Amino acid sequence: MMWRSGLAALLSHWRRKPLQLAMLLLGLSLATGLWSAVQAINGEARASYARAAAVLGQDRLASLARADGARFDQQLFVTLRRNGWLVSPVVEGEKRYGEQRVKIIGIDPLTLPPVARQIDVMAAEGGLGAFIAPPGLFFVSAETARRLAGHAAPPLRIVDSLPAGTALTDIGIAQDILGVGPRLSRLLLPPDQLIDRAALSILAPELEVRTPAAESDLSRLTDSFHLNLTAFGFLAFAVGLFIVHAAIGLAFEQRRPVFRTLRALGLPARALTLLLVAELSVFALIAGFAGVVLGYWIASLLLPDVAASLRGLYGAEVPGSLSIRPAVWLAGVAISVAGTFLSAGRGLWQVSRMTLLAPAQPRAWARASERHMRLQAIAGAALLAGALLLAHFGTGLAAGFALLAAMLLGAALLLPLLLSWLIAGGARVSSSALGEWFWADTRQQLPGLSLALMALLLALATNIGVGTMVSSFRLTFVGWLDQRLTSELYVTARTEEEAAALRNWLSPRSDAVLPIWSTEGQIANQQVQIFGILDHATYREKWPLLTADPQVWDFVAQGKALMVNEQLARRLSLRLGADVTLPGGHRLPVAGIFSDYGNPKGQVILGNDTLVRFYPDIGRLRYAVRIDPEKAGKLREDLLTAFGLPAQNVVDQASIKSFSLKIFERTFAVTAALNVLTLAVAGLAILSSLLTLAGMRLPQLAPVWAMGLTRRHLAALELARSVSLAALTLLLAIPAGLGLAWVLLAVINVEAFGWRLPLYVFPADWALLGALSLAAAGAAALLPALRLLNLRPAVLLKVFAHER
Amino acid sequence: MPRIKKDRMLLRLHDVSKAFATSEGPLQVLKNVNLSLEPGKSIALTGESGSGKSTLLHLVAGLDTPDSGSIVLNGQNIAALDDAGLAALRRGTVGLVFQQFNLIPSLDVAANLAFQARLAGRFDPAWTAGLAERLGLKPFLARYPEQLSGGQQQRVAIGRTLAVRPRLILADEPTGNLDEATGDAVLDLMLSLQAETGASLLMVTHSTRLAARLDGRVHLRNGRLA
Repeated sequence: MMWRSGLAALLSHWRRKPLQLAMLLLGLSLATGLWSAVQAINGEARASYARAAAVLGQDRLASLARADGARFDQQLFVTLRRNGWLVSPVVEGEKRYGEQRVKIIGIDPLTLPPVARQIDVMAAEGGLGAFIAPPGLFFVSAETARRLAGHAAPPLRIVDSLPAGTALTDIGIAQDILGVGPRLSRLLLPPDQLIDRAALSILAPELEVRTPAAESDLSRLTDSFHLNLTAFGFLAFAVGLFIVHAAIGLAFEQRRPVFRTLRALGLPARALTLLLVAELSVFALIAGFAGVVLGYWIASLLLPDVAASLRGLYGAEVPGSLSIRPAVWLAGVAISVAGTFLSAGRGLWQVSRMTLLAPAQPRAWARASERHMRLQAIAGAALLAGALLLAHFGTGLAAGFALLAAMLLGAALLLPLLLSWLIAGGARVSSSALGEWFWADTRQQLPGLSLALMALLLALATNIGVGTMVSSFRLTFVGWLDQRLTSELYVTARTEEEAAALRNWLSPRSDAVLPIWSTEGQIANQQVQIFGILDHATYREKWPLLTADPQVWDFVAQGKALMVNEQLARRLSLRLGADVTLPGGHRLPVAGIFSDYGNPKGQVILGNDTLVRFYPDIGRLRYAVRIDPEKAGKLREDLLTAFGLPAQNVVDQASIKSFSLKIFERTFAVTAALNVLTLAVAGLAILSSLLTLAGMRLPQLAPVWAMGLTRRHLAALELARSVSLAALTLLLAIPAGLGLAWVLLAVINVEAFGWRLPLYVFPADWALLGALSLAAAGAAALLPALRLLNLRPAVLLKVFAHER
Repeated sequence: MPRIKKDRMLLRLHDVSKAFATSEGPLQVLKNVNLSLEPGKSIALTGESGSGKSTLLHLVAGLDTPDSGSIVLNGQNIAALDDAGLAALRRGTVGLVFQQFNLIPSLDVAANLAFQARLAGRFDPAWTAGLAERLGLKPFLARYPEQLSGGQQQRVAIGRTLAVRPRLILADEPTGNLDEATGDAVLDLMLSLQAETGASLLMVTHSTRLAARLDGRVHLRNGRLA
C-alpha cells in the first residue's frame, strides 16, 4: 500500500507535466537512436566483412600462393595434384561492368574442398555443364545481381551467403573474363592431406603456405572508419544525454517538496529511491525501444552512403539494406537504461541522502556550483595537457582517438569557467543597472545551463572541426584531381588487338597517347598497384609530387628509380632513396612520393618501359589521350563510331572529375548527416535546459518585474541571454573545432588512410554555422520567452503569495 | 496618460472589486473597496488570512489590475494604464517591501540598494550611501543576500525602496519573517525614513501592535473594508 501510494504521488507529477515527460523520452530516444543507428550500420558492415572472409572458406582454409601475390602458371596445380597434393585452384581479379567493379572468383567445382562449397553447382539450373561451358554462370548475391542488371555478364544465379560485389564462376570462365590466361591466384589447401606427398619446396618452390587469417583484411582496414562512426555515435549519445539530464534534473527539482512530504509522512529514503529507480527504468525501457526503432530508421537512411564510402575508401562491399539484429536491440535498450541512470545518478544520490529541511537558495547553489566549476576546469586543463602530450608522443589510431576525446572533453569541461570569466567581463563594462543585473543573473544561470552549453560546444566544435576537415580535403582533392587528371580522354580497349588498333588510329589524331598500364602484386605483404608512366610533359609538369629527387622524372624514365604514393610510403616507412623490392624480386630506390587521395591501396609508379620489362604479361588496354580540349568531344564521338566501343570505355576528363567528386561528396554525406543530427540534438538540449530553468526562474524574475520592468522587457532579456551564451560558446568552439580539425587531418587521417592533408580555414562557414547556432539558441529560447511574455500577473504574484 | 483633477489625496480607491477564477467558479476577493491616503501619512491594512489585504496592495502597486472601480495614485488612474505605464509607475512612484525581502540574489548589497533607483533613473549616490549608513549596511555592501541575516536583508529591501524616494511605500508584512525585536527595529527605521522623505505608507500586517504605530488603520473582512 505504502509503495503504491508513493508511486502514485510520484507519477502524478508527469500527468501534470506532459511536456517534461515528452522531453525526457525524446532526449533518451534520440540519444539511443543515434547510438543504435551507428551500431546497426557497423553490425551490417561487419557481418558483410565476415561473409567476405568466409568466401571459399578463406577464414578456415590455408592456401598456397606466391609470396609477392602475383599469379602463377596453372601447370603448377597439375604438378601438385599429380604428386599427391589435394589442392583446388582459384583465380581472382576485378572486372568493371560500367561503373560497377565486381570481384570475380574462379573455382574448380570438381576439386573444391567441402568446407569451401558455398554454392551447389549441380543443383543450379543447367547443372555442371552450364557452369563450366561458356558463357558459364555467375553466382552472386541479390545486391550484386541488381548492380549487374543490364550488363553483359554471364547468366546470374542468386546465392545469399555471398558478399556483395563478388561473383563466383568456373575457373576457365573467370580466366577468360579477366584476360589472365592459364594462370592462377592461389590454391586452396584443405587440412586433410596425404602423408606421403612430395615436398612443396621441390615441386613448387615459388609457392608458400598461407594460414587462414583470424581477422579479415577488410575488417582490419575498415576498423578506423567504424571507430570513427562509433565515436560520432557516442558523441551524439552524450549530447542526447544532456537533454535527459536536464529533464530528470527538473523533475527532481520540482518534486523536491513531494519527496519531502513523502519522507515526512513516513516513506523511508530507501523506498523513495527504489520507487524513483523503478519509475526511471520504465521510462528507459520505453525510450530504449523507441530509440532502437528510430535508430534503424536513421541507419536505413544512412546505410547507402556508408556503403558508398566503404566501397570508395576501402573497396569493401556492404549491402545497402539492413537486417534486424537482436544484438542491436539488446545493446540499444541497455544503453538507454545506462544513460538514464548516468543522467539521474546525482539526483538519486541526493534523494537518498536528502534532509527534510534546508531549501536551496539560488545564489548559494550558484556559489557551490562555482567551486564545482573550478574543479571541473582543473580536470579540463589536465585533459588538455594530456592531449598535448598525446599529440607529441602518441602513435597509432587509438592514440589519435584518445587525443580527440581528451581535447573535446577538456574543452567542454573548461567551458563553464571560461564563460563565467567572459560574463564577468561583460558585467564590468556594463554601465546600467539593467546591464549589471543581466550579466549577474546570466552568471547565476550558468550552472543550470552549463551542461547544455557543453553539449552545444561539443556539437559546434565537431561541426567546425569536421567541416574544416571535409572542406580542406575537398579543396586539396579538387586541386589534386586537376593535377592528376590532365589528359582530355581516357580510353579502354576491349582486347589487346583493339588496343593496338586504337593506338595506331589515335596517334595522328591527338597530341599524345599515354599508356595507363598496370599490374597488382605484394610488397612487404601489402597489396599494391604497379603502374607504368611515360616520360611526358603531362606528368613532369602536373604530377602531384609531395617530395621528390630533382631528377625524379629522368630516373624513373631510365628505369633507375620508382615513385610511391603517400600511403605506401607511410605504411612501409619509405623515404627518398629507400630500396623497394617489387614482385619478382626487382629492386629500385624511391625517387618521389606523390599524393593519392581516396585510394585505399599502395601504388608504385615505374617508367613504362621498366614496367613492361619487369611484367611482360600485363594488360595494355587503357590509355590517356592528350588533345586540344575543344576537340576532345569530337574525337570521342569519332572514336566511339570507328571502333564501336561502349560509351563507358571512352571517358572525358570532366566526367571522371565529376564522378570522383560525386564519390567524394557521398563519402562525407554520412558525416554531414551525423553532424546536423548532433547539432539538432544540442539545440534540443538547450531548449530542454531553458524549459527547466524557466520553471525555476519566476522567483528571480518576479521581483525585477515588481520593480518596474515589463514582461516584454524581461522576455527580450531572456532571449538575449540565450543568444549571448550561444554566441560566447561559439567563440570558444572555434579554437576547439580547429584543434579537432588538426587532429583529424594530421593524426587520424594519417593513421587511418595514410595521407596527410593541409589545413585550410573557412571563416565564411563559421559565420554560417554561427548564424545557425544563434538562430537555434534563439528558437530554443523563444518558447520560454513567449511563455514569460504571456504570463498572467497572477502567476508572478504567486511568488509573493507563496511567502506565507 | 489620463490625468485626474487635482486631489489632495495621494491615493484614492473608489469601488474597487477583484475576483479570481478558481476551479469552483469566480472567487470575489475585493468588493467595492473605497480608501484614501494623504501624502506623508501611513495606514495599516489589517485583516485575517484570505481577506484580500495582499490583493489590495498588489492592485495599488500596479502589479495587477482591478475588475472594476478606479485607483488614482498621484493623480493617475492606474486602472487605465497599459503594461508599460504600470511598469513605469512601479519603477518610480511606488516602492515595495515584501515579507520575503525578494532581493536579487545575483547582485551584492550595494548593487541591490541602487538597483531600483538606477532603473528609475533617479540614482543619487550620496542619498543611497546615507541610507546604507542609516540602515547599518555599510559593512555589508560587498556581501550577497544569502550571506545576510533576515533583518539585514529586510533593511536592504527598505533601503532599495527608499533609494528611489517613492511617493508611496507599500509594505506587505515587512516584519513577518523577523523576530519581534528585529521587526521593531526594522519598522522604526522604515517609519523614520518614511517621515523624513515625506512618502506615504500603506502596510499590510497581522499585528495590531504594529498597526497601532501608524497614523491610521483599516480592516478588511471578506473583501470589504470593515
